Amino acid sequence: MTDSVQPIAITPAQARIGSVRLNERHVAGALILALCAVLVLIIALPLWALLSKSLEDVNGRFVGLANFIAYATTPTLISSLGNSLFVAGVTTAIVIPVAFLYAYALRRSCIPGKGLFYAAAMVPVFAPSLLSGLALIYVFGNQGLLKSWMMGASLYGPIGIIAAEALYSFPHAVLILVTALALSDGRLREAAEAMGTTRWRMFRTITLPGARYGLISATFVVFTLVITDFGIPKVIGGQFSVLATDAYRQVVGQQNFPMGAVVGIILLVPAVLAFFVDRLVKRRQSAMLSARAVPYAPKPEPGRDIALLGFVILTTLAIVAPYAIAVWGSFVTYWPYNLALTLNNYDFAAFDPAGWDAYRNSLLLASLTAVIGTTLIFTGAYLIEKLKLFPRMRAFAQFLAMLPMAVPGLVLGLGYVFFFNATWNPLGFLYGTLAILVINTIAHFYTVGHITALTSLKQIDGEFEAVSASLKVPFWSTFRRVTAPICLPAILDIGVYVFVNALTTVSAVIFLYGAETKLASIAIVHMDEAGAIASAAGMATVIMLTAIAVKLAHVGLDRLVFGRLQQWRQR
Amino acid sequence: MTSPSSAPFLSIRNLAKSFGSFIALRGIDLDIRRGEFVCFLGPSGCGKTTLLRAIAGLDLQDSGTIEMGGRDVSHAPPSERDFGIVFQSYALFPNLTVADNVGYGLVNRRTPARDIARRVDELLALVSLSDQARKFPIQLSGGQQQRVALARALATSPELLLLDEPLSALDAKVRVRLRDEMRALQQRLGVTTIMVTHDQEEALAMADRIVVMNGGAVEQVGSPEEIYRRPATPFVADFVGHMTFFDAVVTGPGRVRVDELDLLVANAAPFPAGTPVRLAMRPEEVRTRGVSDETPNSFEATIGDLAFLGSFCRAHLEPTRSQKTRIAADFSANAMRDLGIQPGQVRSIAFPPESLHVFAGAAR
Repeated sequence: MTDSVQPIAITPAQARIGSVRLNERHVAGALILALCAVLVLIIALPLWALLSKSLEDVNGRFVGLANFIAYATTPTLISSLGNSLFVAGVTTAIVIPVAFLYAYALRRSCIPGKGLFYAAAMVPVFAPSLLSGLALIYVFGNQGLLKSWMMGASLYGPIGIIAAEALYSFPHAVLILVTALALSDGRLREAAEAMGTTRWRMFRTITLPGARYGLISATFVVFTLVITDFGIPKVIGGQFSVLATDAYRQVVGQQNFPMGAVVGIILLVPAVLAFFVDRLVKRRQSAMLSARAVPYAPKPEPGRDIALLGFVILTTLAIVAPYAIAVWGSFVTYWPYNLALTLNNYDFAAFDPAGWDAYRNSLLLASLTAVIGTTLIFTGAYLIEKLKLFPRMRAFAQFLAMLPMAVPGLVLGLGYVFFFNATWNPLGFLYGTLAILVINTIAHFYTVGHITALTSLKQIDGEFEAVSASLKVPFWSTFRRVTAPICLPAILDIGVYVFVNALTTVSAVIFLYGAETKLASIAIVHMDEAGAIASAAGMATVIMLTAIAVKLAHVGLDRLVFGRLQQWRQR
Repeated sequence: MTSPSSAPFLSIRNLAKSFGSFIALRGIDLDIRRGEFVCFLGPSGCGKTTLLRAIAGLDLQDSGTIEMGGRDVSHAPPSERDFGIVFQSYALFPNLTVADNVGYGLVNRRTPARDIARRVDELLALVSLSDQARKFPIQLSGGQQQRVALARALATSPELLLLDEPLSALDAKVRVRLRDEMRALQQRLGVTTIMVTHDQEEALAMADRIVVMNGGAVEQVGSPEEIYRRPATPFVADFVGHMTFFDAVVTGPGRVRVDELDLLVANAAPFPAGTPVRLAMRPEEVRTRGVSDETPNSFEATIGDLAFLGSFCRAHLEPTRSQKTRIAADFSANAMRDLGIQPGQVRSIAFPPESLHVFAGAAR
């Protein structure tokens, strides 16, 4: 062998490429087709089943709008619609101003400990929604510590629902408003200050208009979350019926599928509305800030900062204290008469036949959903965003991927019941298995993950695929060697998001679990129904701690990934 | 230089494409010879990038054909066309080292690892980046990144090299150095090259032939000198270099009149007397050194304002006989010093008849 440098005889391009490309096109087509098929199966068909079921009678005959007319003329049913609107409206009216001020303090003031306050506001995200209901029962319920504060009014009803929903929806509003308030052009304020504008006028003419789209978006999100939530009214609603509990009662209690479908469709309305408003708002918001805007950096103002700090501390206490009391309550022997600590309440088998298996099932569900869901979501987003072939099919897949955002979990769960329970459906065997829970949970949380993946993919140079094609490297090689490694942080984000939500969700899976696949969040509902509140709180605590632990691990892993595995990001 | 062979390497016929109601390409016909360096030059939106991407197969045309090396590739996907490409963004893979980027297209061809490493070394030496092989793209300067992209595009020894504004993201100095390097490399390798650019200086300095495009159509194809000296249309005249336009009327064979000035034009325009035309002239063609009354097209003019532009000055002149006419003239630093040109002076100047271009049509 000589060491002289010679050009390598590279296989003449034309000879080999023909076969490679043929494969590549076929593979791309097959993958996009498969994606469409999967999305139709897990999203479109269940929704179609729900819609068609609402137009049938109990025997499956087409009856047009008869069910809707029956709904509107049954006083007990129509009254829950009023109840739902009332509860969601009041909760929104309470949460939005508080969350706005909270977000304002975090973004536009110089209070200390912003990171801590932000994290504290996020606590409810990591717990099943019912935990806030349980927490309020511990404080203000019949055996509550501060029952006297209720002045004779009953917690079990609209008061409890509104309070618990406020706790539960608070972080979602804060999340949106913090983002909205982050977008502001500091030069506007400087110009206003130079002209001697008063603080109140500045707030009215600069701050509020700047955050207006965030406020609209947050209002719709909170309203939708509350009106479609099932866990809290179930735990704390007493005799006060709302749409979500009606849907459950119609389907699970009375086996009246068509009427359940009607309630589901009514629940779909605010969510679909919120979805379109959100899209409209996003489009406007992106146009609002020019690339040359200077971010606003708040300057210390002792008076304002101390007032806001006081407000933030009080709000944080109001959010975190109930959860802390619920955790404490789960260790208490007999609330509130014997406050001695015990682990007895964590012997779940004594209160619910599934025992700790429910937790194991939840972990299994969350892990499987995270792994399979993230793979599907990210690969799907890649196919939709980066492959230039089959534009119609990709647009269809994109539409289906965005659909779950407009579908509350409860409604999707109903759709699954109708679709997978149908006698004609060969997939009926999935009903009650872990598989259907995984599929449903992936579909339920698909859109947020999809948007995360799209955002991350859009940031990558759009010519990678073109370069690969010119080098005769098939797209899947580039996906494996370049795209996926670059998007690793986003992939982790999606995985953790799906995992945490799979752990805490109740609304969809409550219709779908089987005897062997009862989940922790459902066990909480059952233990609460059986009066074992301490154990219900215990199970919720275990879930919350698991979710927080996973989130912390994610933060750590993210640092590791950025530091060690992604050296190429650093100069 | 490579002598042009009889059959063109790349043959484009009647290529058309629109995006909605916007017509990006209007029936383009173009032949490119093997080994040529061709520049597509034009303002943004003229269709030059669309044409490049159609040649690459990245965006297929609506109609028309493309033949590459005698093979019809009109509908072939990019991977069935033999080309390497460098984008404006370079599109380097950020998570791969320089060596892995350059070897990216070799890995897939079942080439032994040893041979890949050797070829990568060879290519890095070619673009003088041998010592940067283990770095990541973000650690390189813009010019180095551009050379990595070039090496990657050349790795598979393509017959055609496509460059999409490869220099526009760089500083002016680096740009000039790299364009000379790229041109030298292209001549050494003899690879047929098409470069898209909106920078006329770049096109004039690098290309064997320039394709000037406007509004989705080819305005003129020719060597840099042809494009500069004999622009075929007012657009080309205006876009490449500086050009002053005058409204004129034909007064006889080889004669035109601008306001009060009667001028001789060398390239006898086939327009009958009385036709309104547009007369064009480059500012650097205005003569003032050694102009006498015998010099054709000579007249007196007042020097208006003078703008100092480094190696030359741009003057605005007003002919004494025709004060409405404004003439831009470039005087070299030499002429400025030798002749003591000052604002307000009245000087004899001349338009050499062979430097005047006559185009059809009155002003817009």
